[in-house]
Amino acid sequence: MRATATAPATTQALRIGPSLTRVTVVLGGGAILLGTAMVVAVAIGSVGVGLGDTVAILGHRLLGLPLARSVAPGAESIIFDVRLPRVLTAMLVGGGLGLAGTVFQALLRNPMADPYIIGTAAGASLGAIAGLMAPILVPALAIGLGSTWLGLGLVQVLAFAGGLGTVLLVYAVSRANGRVPVVTLLLTGYAVSSVLAAGVALLMFFSGQHLGAIFGWLMGSLAAAKWINLAFAAPLLAISAALLVVRWRGLNLLLLGDGPAANLGLNVEREKLALTMLATLATSTVVAISGTIGFVGLVVPHVLRLAIGPDHRLLLPASVLYGAALLAVADLGARVAGGIPVGIVTALIGAPFFIWLLRRSRLVRPVVTQ
Amino acid sequence: MTVAVRSEALAQVEGVAFAYPLPDGRRRDVLRSVDLSLARGDLVALVGTNGSGKTTLLRLLTGLLRPDAGVVRFEGRPVAAWRRVDLARRVAVLPQQLDLPVGFRVAELVGMGRAPHARRLFASTEADERAVARALVDAGALELADRFAEELSGGERQRLLVAMALAQEPDLLLLDEPTLHLDLAHQVALLGAIRRLRGQRGLTVLAVLHDLNLAAAFAPRVAILDEGRVVADGPPAEVLTPDLVRRVFGVHVDEARTPDGRRHLALREV
Repeated sequence: MRATATAPATTQALRIGPSLTRVTVVLGGGAILLGTAMVVAVAIGSVGVGLGDTVAILGHRLLGLPLARSVAPGAESIIFDVRLPRVLTAMLVGGGLGLAGTVFQALLRNPMADPYIIGTAAGASLGAIAGLMAPILVPALAIGLGSTWLGLGLVQVLAFAGGLGTVLLVYAVSRANGRVPVVTLLLTGYAVSSVLAAGVALLMFFSGQHLGAIFGWLMGSLAAAKWINLAFAAPLLAISAALLVVRWRGLNLLLLGDGPAANLGLNVEREKLALTMLATLATSTVVAISGTIGFVGLVVPHVLRLAIGPDHRLLLPASVLYGAALLAVADLGARVAGGIPVGIVTALIGAPFFIWLLRRSRLVRPVVTQ
Repeated sequence: MTVAVRSEALAQVEGVAFAYPLPDGRRRDVLRSVDLSLARGDLVALVGTNGSGKTTLLRLLTGLLRPDAGVVRFEGRPVAAWRRVDLARRVAVLPQQLDLPVGFRVAELVGMGRAPHARRLFASTEADERAVARALVDAGALELADRFAEELSGGERQRLLVAMALAQEPDLLLLDEPTLHLDLAHQVALLGAIRRLRGQRGLTVLAVLHDLNLAAAFAPRVAILDEGRVVADGPPAEVLTPDLVRRVFGVHVDEARTPDGRRHLALREV
């Protein structure tokens, strides 16, 4: 007497993943939102360029379409050389932070987690500030390697290496008996971050008139966005994002805990290492070109989990799209507000919004119960 | 030393010793020399005091822990030689406790039981959806399919976990105190379902249980773990004797009979 359930009525109710409609609405909607945010953000600025002209210029320069209409002189250069790299940088940074935040919240099973939590921010900050200060403290560097390396500034290179190197160190220190317990990882990350933060404070203390530049970097700013930085960041982000998005199953399983995930066939320690390193690669890359922009990586995963559920199959690609759109809009706000660092905008608007969300609903939930 | 593999044995524990490392460098012996063989279709209850190593033994069977001495085999091959994912297609565990992630619906969680069978990068296959439907039906959890896991009662939650394990379509099902936190009615319902499924799906079942009468009523074979060894292994009437219960648990019980002749153990005093 074998129980079978193949009746169409039941199988329909038993879909185990998101429906095609749902995927289309969430990801298609995100793509449309992102495209709109991009065009609007490129069009608005101190010199206004009409939306029609903006679309025409973007189509001409990016897609090779003939420039059918005559646009204002200089508009093409403003759009293409100044605003577009900045808006694209904002999108890359927002997408990277949204994605890395989603990964770390699931991996560490901690709703407080953000992309910086296990030391990326502290390491990248120390690297960047060392890069800012090196030519000042050691003048010879200003003419030598201080200028560029593969076209990138010393600041970017040291921030990238600092973020990645710190997490490698934290991970190695947390390892015991071939395992990396999540709590040890969090606490080690906190401790190492504290040491590095002391280094940052020391450099700031001796920075004299350069404190403003350091502070701007720490708050996170996209004012220095350049095509060359994009050429460095885009491939690294594309690779890490692709390799993270296909790991959705592993992230879902890790929410059950290490033991149950292993019993479901996951090679737990290898998966955790891969996820940590890929998310750190994405974080270090965006931090190198933007500084430590706060709140995006914390809020985007929470809001999306509320809106579309916790299944990483949909959550990971959505966090890229919506994180990118969010930061493009936030940076537009920063420019309109007179060029303040975008990190101020995300904290100023993001934090109260997050509190409102917390107050409003049962929906901001811990990542796991019991 | 190789041991001849009996073809009917699904899982074998041979002379297994295991000690947990302590922070101060010493080791806490849990299992000293455990022998236990599970034939295909066996239904075995594993009993023993708290800390006697029952959960440890299950972890050794799934390869989460490696024995310090001896060998654990599944289908004749040492568990350590199995790929994780291959083993997960054959062995499922109902853990003692499990953190359920918030915001997932029951059907989605049961779908996670299909992870070791995953064939496509993003999509699930028709086989997955059929296995999930069947697991929900068999576990009596079909009406829970659209509920959120965090809204379930203890009994419903346990049915969800059974469904997750069944979705793996295992040969061997390991249950770690499945009746914990369940009232009497739910205990009976759960163990009854497991017995029925064993017949329907040809499962081999090893269940850690604490209630000796429940174990005797549930399983035709009971094994007692004590002092790091299996000290008795056989039919409940031969294994769960007042004498052995006193030796292992240090508790006095009397053997009694119900009017219709069923045997049970009665506590002398509390």
